[in-house]
Amino acid sequence: MMSTTDIRTIAIAAVAIGVCALLPLVDQGYWLSIGVSIAMFTVLATSWALFSGPTHYISLATAAFFGIGTYVTGSFYESVSFWLLLPAAAIVGGLLAGIVGLATLRLSGVYFVIFTLGLAELVRQVITWAQNMTGHRGTYVLLDFGSRSVEEVIYWTLLGLAAIVYLAGWLIGRSRLGFALRIIGDDEEVARHSGINTARAKVLLFMVPGAVAAATGAALAPRYVYIEPALAFTPLLSFQVVIMALLGGAGRLWGPLVGVIPFTLLWEVISATFPNQTTLLLGAAFLVIVYVLPRGFVGLLERARARAGGGA
Amino acid sequence: MIQEEEKSPMKFQRRTVLKLSAAALAAPAIIPGRLAANDPIIFGAVAPKTGPLAGGAAVTHWPNLQLWQTQVNAAGGIMVDGNAHPVEIIEYDDQTNPGETIRGVQRLATQDNAHFIITPYGTGLHIAAAPIFDRYGYPQVCVTAITDQGSELAGQFPNMFFTLGATTPFAGDVIRVLTAMRDAGQIGNRLAMVNVADAFGIELMAAGMPLAEAAGFELVYETSYPLGTQDLAPVINGVKDAAPDAFVAWSYPPDTFGLTEQAMIAGLEVGAYYTAVATSFPGFNARFEGAANNILGAGGVNPDLPSFQEYEAAHIEVTGQAPDYWASATTYGSLQVLQQSIEAVGLDREAVSAHIKEADFDTVLGPMHFRDNNFNQAYWTVGQWQDGVFRGVASQNRDGVAAARLKEGWA
Amino acid sequence: MDILITGLLLGGTYALIAMGLNLQYGIARIMNLANGEILVAGGFAAFWMYTAGQTSPYLTIFVLAPVAFAVNWLIYVVMLRPLVKRAKSRGQLEVDAILSTFGLSFVGVGLMLAAFGGDYFNYSYLATPVTIFGDNFGLNRIASFIAAAILCAALYLWLNRSRAGMSIRAIAVSPESARLVGIDVARLSAFAFALGGAVTAVGGALLSAYLTLDASTGVIFTLKALIIVIMGGVGDVRGTIVAALLLGVIETLVASLIDPGLTLAAAYALFILILLFRPRGLFGRGAA
Repeated sequence: MMSTTDIRTIAIAAVAIGVCALLPLVDQGYWLSIGVSIAMFTVLATSWALFSGPTHYISLATAAFFGIGTYVTGSFYESVSFWLLLPAAAIVGGLLAGIVGLATLRLSGVYFVIFTLGLAELVRQVITWAQNMTGHRGTYVLLDFGSRSVEEVIYWTLLGLAAIVYLAGWLIGRSRLGFALRIIGDDEEVARHSGINTARAKVLLFMVPGAVAAATGAALAPRYVYIEPALAFTPLLSFQVVIMALLGGAGRLWGPLVGVIPFTLLWEVISATFPNQTTLLLGAAFLVIVYVLPRGFVGLLERARARAGGGA
Repeated sequence: MIQEEEKSPMKFQRRTVLKLSAAALAAPAIIPGRLAANDPIIFGAVAPKTGPLAGGAAVTHWPNLQLWQTQVNAAGGIMVDGNAHPVEIIEYDDQTNPGETIRGVQRLATQDNAHFIITPYGTGLHIAAAPIFDRYGYPQVCVTAITDQGSELAGQFPNMFFTLGATTPFAGDVIRVLTAMRDAGQIGNRLAMVNVADAFGIELMAAGMPLAEAAGFELVYETSYPLGTQDLAPVINGVKDAAPDAFVAWSYPPDTFGLTEQAMIAGLEVGAYYTAVATSFPGFNARFEGAANNILGAGGVNPDLPSFQEYEAAHIEVTGQAPDYWASATTYGSLQVLQQSIEAVGLDREAVSAHIKEADFDTVLGPMHFRDNNFNQAYWTVGQWQDGVFRGVASQNRDGVAAARLKEGWA
Repeated sequence: MDILITGLLLGGTYALIAMGLNLQYGIARIMNLANGEILVAGGFAAFWMYTAGQTSPYLTIFVLAPVAFAVNWLIYVVMLRPLVKRAKSRGQLEVDAILSTFGLSFVGVGLMLAAFGGDYFNYSYLATPVTIFGDNFGLNRIASFIAAAILCAALYLWLNRSRAGMSIRAIAVSPESARLVGIDVARLSAFAFALGGAVTAVGGALLSAYLTLDASTGVIFTLKALIIVIMGGVGDVRGTIVAALLLGVIETLVASLIDPGLTLAAAYALFILILLFRPRGLFGRGAA
């Protein structure tokens, strides 16, 4: 049942996304490109947290699904409409995540972390090898959206994806699946004893970030124009997503967002101001955040709220 | 639960506020008009300082920017409308990540109001940046982008110019050198060809294999290996077992070194030995010394050309390291193209692009022009270490080609 | 035969890459993502000593090891111990360790970049052929294999025979019980972490004789080391050795008999299979 709060939440969310969608009308250049980065990491980190938040599994497979998505677009954009490729990539990513999930979710903790990392590399190697076998010439995605710039279309696509992810997250939170997952997250034994099919719940949920990351990769392919495995499957992406989500706080639907925005802006400021020490300062900034904000921005905000509430 | 629902709207408000303030900050890009006397001309540069391509960029890309800036400013600057303006370069590290390259070029174009932007490093990053160069009307004089799609790219991005060559002539010239050696009776007909399984290697392999077969070579061994392979012994052992007369590897820097060391250890006996990228690095000769003698590699220069000798000496003096004998001089040449165009027509970027399309340029590599579909048609393709000097032994329309020599042992 | 020897030599290389991380992760419980940067730094030290003074990497390591030990000890005490203290659970520590050492790896790359630029550093040392059973192998690889064997044997003996080593193994098995029997867990953890860093740096110095490194290549070695450590079983020296050798032989087999293009794919496939059937690694204890 929809309560009035629910309706209000949805309405405000819709308005907010609508307002974000106006960005390309204001600026087509620099801010739009930052907008694309923020939107991309919001989608990736939020969908990542949908799975990892309740289950506490840290997945480093984002790059694998993302890369597969870019290759779906790169391989078929000439024969299939770009808009069909997004759901197609999502299906491929989701299925792969399903298979991986079935095989691996019984692994615990760090074994799962390293496994997903290995998976991204395995997928990259297999795709590279297949490309090599077929004597594939460079994969160029030269898409033209008529009067709209590629950057603009990608931005809107990512916003749409973000809307879907938030909606999905909200619905999952209200569903039996979400309930089951929260119990699993608290205590897997208890969940099993109370008759919850923990394996199925986890596999289903793992398919969400898989599908979303693949769709994101498919959407971003026209931006990169030239698709090559080293760039499409860069392991750095997986780490960035984890870090942004954890910085924000993976336990809340809106948590990753409050990690993504400051982190992207910080990244931007450091890249722009200290081009020769970008990596060094990013690392240092990162360490400071880890030590100063142990519970992420969500923890910080909640503490502030609690204090404000206590004072009132 | 209730708590969470209360919080959700806050998230969106926060984001909205941020986006709006961001949009408000986005001042329209100032189109640079006339410069006051002595005002610097601002050049932007985005390329890897970290990440997988940083090693190559540190040899080929960054030192040339430093050299060019030093030399131009020592000479007083670039002449525009009768005034000399010093060169200022704003550098960004793209961490070998196309997303960062795009953002860096955006930032240069709209925040730093760079007058001109120097092309990035590496095929993938070049092409990722092309739409942004195009949108703001910046001429992009590419260097380290080797592609057969040049004409399509130049069709879509009319201000994109290519200096270092295309894939097919590149592979073709290697085969041509081998064919000449075979027809002179120096080597036999058996050819082994391997490639690094990355975009560059795959493309060259796809172009090179049919050309080798058409030239009548018998391919006795062909394979690929992944980027980042730590032990290339199995590849070299496979090659050795196939007993080829010539060996061609479309390789990248770490494996160019790895293959050569392994070939040396295994005592691979071939009359012609070719590795691609990084063979022309001074570090290659320094590492292998005598064993590097008569190794063929991608690139080449005419070391007898006075303009090149001058360039090489200045490179060592200013940057403390020798240039590589392929794309280094081309990188410098691409900056000369920009400089000469600016001196000819001023800071108007459209006019500069139009000028690049039409004019003849005099670079450290010799003359250069882009009248054939934005493609420089004069470039080096194959070089060879000959007694400590990396000489061009095949080229497209360049003078000073030396004869390729037989590889005799690894001493 | 040459496949087997080539594979074992590669396995020796992998053992050098992974052994240090095994100590750091298995005993000090820090999944150190900056491990590869320590390795590259070790390689750079060897390169610098060689080009500046023609010093053999095999001599450099005797200076390098104590320096790397001290640096890593400092890293642990200053940066990681607060995390260990603040973590309420093993999972929390893992997350914190991933985050902080990831930042540390960026700092490492940045420092190396500032110190010696982004250029490749490579030199040739002992690149002379040695003939074994009619095939040629690089002397530098053989030498580093022998060094790896000595290092592994020494570590194994020390962990299994000496009192300190036994205490360290006790921590690996159960830090709680170790504390109860009067083992100074905090001090020995720092020691194990520092020792791991020293081993990694020494490995880097030895590898630099035949691998081409630059400031940004560390991450490649971190990934490989993680996979070998997990494959072998965390906290077990034998496991890491067996996994490293196995990986070396399998990669070489695939490269020689099937297709070099599939070597890395085969390595990851092997890793994934081992995890699926023995989730705690080849020598892991207990159930998953």
